[in-house]
Amino acid sequence: MSEESSNNAYWKANLRLIIGSLIIWALVSFGFGILLRPALSGIAVGGSDLGFWFAQQGSILVFLGLIFFYAWRMNKLDAEHGVGEE
Amino acid sequence: MDQFTLNLLFVGASFALYIGIAIWARAGSTSEFYAAGRGVHPVTNGMATAADWMSAASFISMAGLIAFTGYDNSSFLMGWTGGYVLLALLLAPYLRKFGKFTVSEFIGDRFYSPTARLVAVICLIVASTTYVIGQMTGVGVAFGRFLEVDNTTGLLIGACVVFAYAVFGGMKGVTYTQVAQYIVLILAYTIPAIFISLQLTGNPIPALGLFGDHAASGEPLLAKLDQIVTELGFNEYTAHHADTLNMVLFTLSLMIGTAGLPHVIMRFFTVPKVADARWSAGWALVFIALLYLTAPAVGAMARLNITELMWPEGTSGQAVSVEQIESDPAYDWMATWQTTGLLGWEDKNGDGRIQYYNDGNAEMQAKAAEAGWEGNELTNFNRDILVLANPEIANLPGWVIGLVAAGGLAAALSTAAGLLLAISSAVSHDLVKGQFNPNISEKGELLSARIAMAVAIVVASYLGLNPPGFAAQTVALAFGLAAASIFPALMMGIFTKVNNKGAVAGMLAGLIVTLVYIFLHKGWFFIPDTNSFTDADPLLGTIKSTSFGAVGAMINFAVAFIVSKSSDPIPQEIDDLVESVRVPKGAGAAAADH
Repeated sequence: MSEESSNNAYWKANLRLIIGSLIIWALVSFGFGILLRPALSGIAVGGSDLGFWFAQQGSILVFLGLIFFYAWRMNKLDAEHGVGEE
Repeated sequence: MDQFTLNLLFVGASFALYIGIAIWARAGSTSEFYAAGRGVHPVTNGMATAADWMSAASFISMAGLIAFTGYDNSSFLMGWTGGYVLLALLLAPYLRKFGKFTVSEFIGDRFYSPTARLVAVICLIVASTTYVIGQMTGVGVAFGRFLEVDNTTGLLIGACVVFAYAVFGGMKGVTYTQVAQYIVLILAYTIPAIFISLQLTGNPIPALGLFGDHAASGEPLLAKLDQIVTELGFNEYTAHHADTLNMVLFTLSLMIGTAGLPHVIMRFFTVPKVADARWSAGWALVFIALLYLTAPAVGAMARLNITELMWPEGTSGQAVSVEQIESDPAYDWMATWQTTGLLGWEDKNGDGRIQYYNDGNAEMQAKAAEAGWEGNELTNFNRDILVLANPEIANLPGWVIGLVAAGGLAAALSTAAGLLLAISSAVSHDLVKGQFNPNISEKGELLSARIAMAVAIVVASYLGLNPPGFAAQTVALAFGLAAASIFPALMMGIFTKVNNKGAVAGMLAGLIVTLVYIFLHKGWFFIPDTNSFTDADPLLGTIKSTSFGAVGAMINFAVAFIVSKSSDPIPQEIDDLVESVRVPKGAGAAAADH
């Protein structure tokens, strides 16, 4: 029973992390890159605006950061909840 | 050394390398054939995944798509990378924990349903086969252009090379060849881009050069580009012209489709641990990003170069003369590519000059009438030649051109091998072992995997030589199938307790609605003139058939939940399976079963 409740806490923490990461994922691509681009048009980036930068490069860089952050955080969670592989 | 010898040298050396790796990395067991013995380091796997994923479309076509459309085609950049976030967070670690060999096997076991497995296998084979046709055609074209052999010979040489390392090496041979192919293709992509970025902006990093200043005019590069293309009546490069809803859905469809493509997912079965699967997705995106951050720079810079070549005195001066195109070495590439039929120009008004402008723009038509122009005279510029012709356009040394030839072939061959592997493992593991002969010996299964691979190569080569008229349309089909059927089924298998009936109903609903929507716009089974709608005026608002995968996925989720709620809950052992997939603990044990 104790193992199950600990797994439950682990799974909930994982879901929180996934939801948070996916909000950022959507915000930088669909948000800053497309829908919110007009709102960011005042911020100039090298001959264009911040929305253009997010659509062509910024979102990719944020995606990279998200995946590595998630991997690092999850590996810590595995250890904290005793569900890691070793 | 002449250009032909240089090309031959680069392509020949790269092929010798792939064959050498194949001999070194032969597969001896099914585990090695399907999953490289699960001993691939996460960084190595990331590099192999990057080569597996980046196809002829990424290497050859993407920069051209961006160059001639600008901001609106950012969907490709965000879509084809954003899928890796979904893969890393929602699929890869759990499927690795499950510890089996194919995507359809997970769907079959988790939904305790041979029907679900069969639907998944069919989607997998159709998506992978349509995708592989384009790769084989790409191999033929690259050979034809650079090695002066006809397309058929080129394609057959390519097929023999893939045969050598994929049939004998399986996943193990393919993995290490893909690592070599990644290195070849990324050098081939970035080296010309660095040269061009230095020429235009003085910045050796193309991704930074894109947002830097244009050295010749001192203005920001993108502002300069916006200015000259609008002066010729084209859409402003950095502005948003596309329909917003369609752009969002198209980007989302590419993301979900990327995460659902079986040949990418199965690469994560090869790493030793669940934690490695998480890291490996990140490494894959690092290696992919090296090309994807460079691509928009390549597109914008090529567009600027081409426009300036056509208007050497600036857009307000005289256009380039026919005489100059024929005599100036800076224009040699135009004659070379004209012979391929992918580039064409015509002095319509007989003034001895080639005016390149947008003759569909009303303002330009007025200006043209005044100047005596009779339409755009750069009559044909196939977007796919942009990356291949780029080093010649920028007047780079011959060895760079040879490198690009080897790189284009590496991109096409590495993706073809990954797809063929996905097809052969689905046939031997899911169909032969799963459906017809569950008691087959390991040796028998390995043999059937090799035979399936050989047959798949023959079929792919045949289709590459005789591409069905719809070849260009089929990429939408592959992404649509992956997005509408495979991705939702995998995600629900891990994150929900949807039952067998829900999963089958959801997959079929997503699949059928998406297929019908594509057929309504592209023709039934892609037969011309059987379509009722066009993507210019789609059935549902502004949603094009290429953007429908995301809608199909939502239908899949909705139907699965409704059907599942109204039927029996999943049995205890499946509940246990879901719980075990959710935690990394015990992953080694699962792998040791094989």
